[in-house]
Amino acid sequence: MMVRGRNTLSPFNAVALALGLAFLYLPIVILVIYSFNASRLVTVWGGWSLRWYIEFFGDRAMLEAALMSFRVAATSATIATLLGTLAAVALSRGERFRGRTLFSGMLYAPLVMPEVITGLALLLLFVAIDAERGFWTVTTAHTTLTMCFVAVVVQSRLGSIERSLEEAAMDLGCGPARAFVAVTLPLILPAIAAGWMLAFTLSLDDLVIASFTTGPGSATLPIRIYSEVRLGVKPEINAICTLVIALIAVVIVVASLASKLSSARSETVAPL
Amino acid sequence: MSARRIFTRPARLAAIAPYLWMLLFFLVPFGFVLKISLSQTAIAQPPYVPVFDPMQGFEAIKAAAAELSLENFRLLVSDNLYVLSYLRSLAVAALSTSILLVIGYPIAYGMARLPRQWQATAMMLVIVPFWTSFLIRIYAWINILQHDGLLNKLLLALHLVSAPVVWLSTDSAMYLGMVYSYIPFMILPLYATLAKMDPALLEAASDLGASQRQTFWLVTFPLSLPGVAAGGLLCFIPIVGEFVIPDLLAGSNSLMIGQTLWLEFFTNKDWPVASAAAVILLLLLVVPLLFYDRLQRRELEELR
Repeated sequence: MMVRGRNTLSPFNAVALALGLAFLYLPIVILVIYSFNASRLVTVWGGWSLRWYIEFFGDRAMLEAALMSFRVAATSATIATLLGTLAAVALSRGERFRGRTLFSGMLYAPLVMPEVITGLALLLLFVAIDAERGFWTVTTAHTTLTMCFVAVVVQSRLGSIERSLEEAAMDLGCGPARAFVAVTLPLILPAIAAGWMLAFTLSLDDLVIASFTTGPGSATLPIRIYSEVRLGVKPEINAICTLVIALIAVVIVVASLASKLSSARSETVAPL
Repeated sequence: MSARRIFTRPARLAAIAPYLWMLLFFLVPFGFVLKISLSQTAIAQPPYVPVFDPMQGFEAIKAAAAELSLENFRLLVSDNLYVLSYLRSLAVAALSTSILLVIGYPIAYGMARLPRQWQATAMMLVIVPFWTSFLIRIYAWINILQHDGLLNKLLLALHLVSAPVVWLSTDSAMYLGMVYSYIPFMILPLYATLAKMDPALLEAASDLGASQRQTFWLVTFPLSLPGVAAGGLLCFIPIVGEFVIPDLLAGSNSLMIGQTLWLEFFTNKDWPVASAAAVILLLLLVVPLLFYDRLQRRELEELR
């Protein structure tokens, strides 16, 4: 009986892989193609056209929602990256400290916590402290969720770095702060960049938490898309979705270039 | 004092800001959920009667404690509609997770067996849809599944059906959406454990006379169980509370708990009942959450 080597692909494996990828991508491809459909009927092909994109750029409410989402995503991703990186450093270099279990629990739980719970809980807090609901409440809520993702990404990168490098820097007379800035930071920078982009896309994507924590007059893009989608498929939505996908694609390309830069040094990739 | 020790103190100081943030915006809010869930509903803004105000001192707390109302919980456990929605949530999550495992395992297995240089690309291909908007991916399926959508057109053209099939607003559409949205969360942990596995173990098994099937069930699968557990929990826990997918793809005759909570909150403006529903949902998830926490911690501690 021959043993299949580790790197051979049986026909069954190959088919599973191909079908899996087709399943993941086909719906998105179809959506993109149909966004260029000239016909008003979303299911009838009426030739290529940019009509729905023009429609979108004339839709004030949609544009405002898109701008709001963009501002929230950029702001929350930046704060989340700062806090998430600090959390990752504390967890991977702080050894044991009091409250560590609670700390890591609070950082991992939001990754799987159903969004309806997180959203409702944050809203009740904002109401209790009488915060005006709008840009800042949504941004705070998104920061809370996405900093956990940043922490996981950066922590797994920190875990893969040889700690002897930092120790060597300190043996050579660097203080801890200098050693961190001169040695550790450049090594984890790609992970920090990837973390920022993950936080950005997660925020841009979120419907549930934003619905709970936003106030009147400050709908985000997903909130607007959702209210349109509930009424049925509209060609304009296809166009907006395609634009969002294009934006995210750019972000992914930048992120993967960043991680390429780092993988010259290490093989570890931090996917989530 | 070694260099490592010197680094430890400032690293601990780094915890202060994120620690305070998470306490304030993650832990404390649960206190409010619990508090509101014990309040009475009111037609006001915000729509509940506060149970107590801790600023008024101990006497007020004692007085209020006597008035705490379990009314919302009584409603949620006595009304069949609510009980059914918890049960449905658990059932949907269990079935979706099983389907995800059955579909995700062969894909992860295929990925782990790809030549080394292709594995990173395959992983990227699985992750990319996860970066693409969740809502948009569900919407993409509505395009395909609607009455005169592409799926029905295809089936009609192939003469597999004689009349368009109703796909939207059915449980099948919902399960499809669940699988589609959560598959990366199942594949990645599975792939991580399968890729780490020592091929020498498989060779040993076959040297000792095991068939390929036996090797899989006696060696590969048991060794991949941590990945199965991680993937299962990453899918099961959020699916129990899922809102968007059942709302857009399933029919409206039976609701999942996430939808119930949403409905109570946004449509009925009944914050106390919505909060009580959140508390019950959390209670349903305590055990899986603890398991997940242990798994995640072990995983990341290994790295340190």
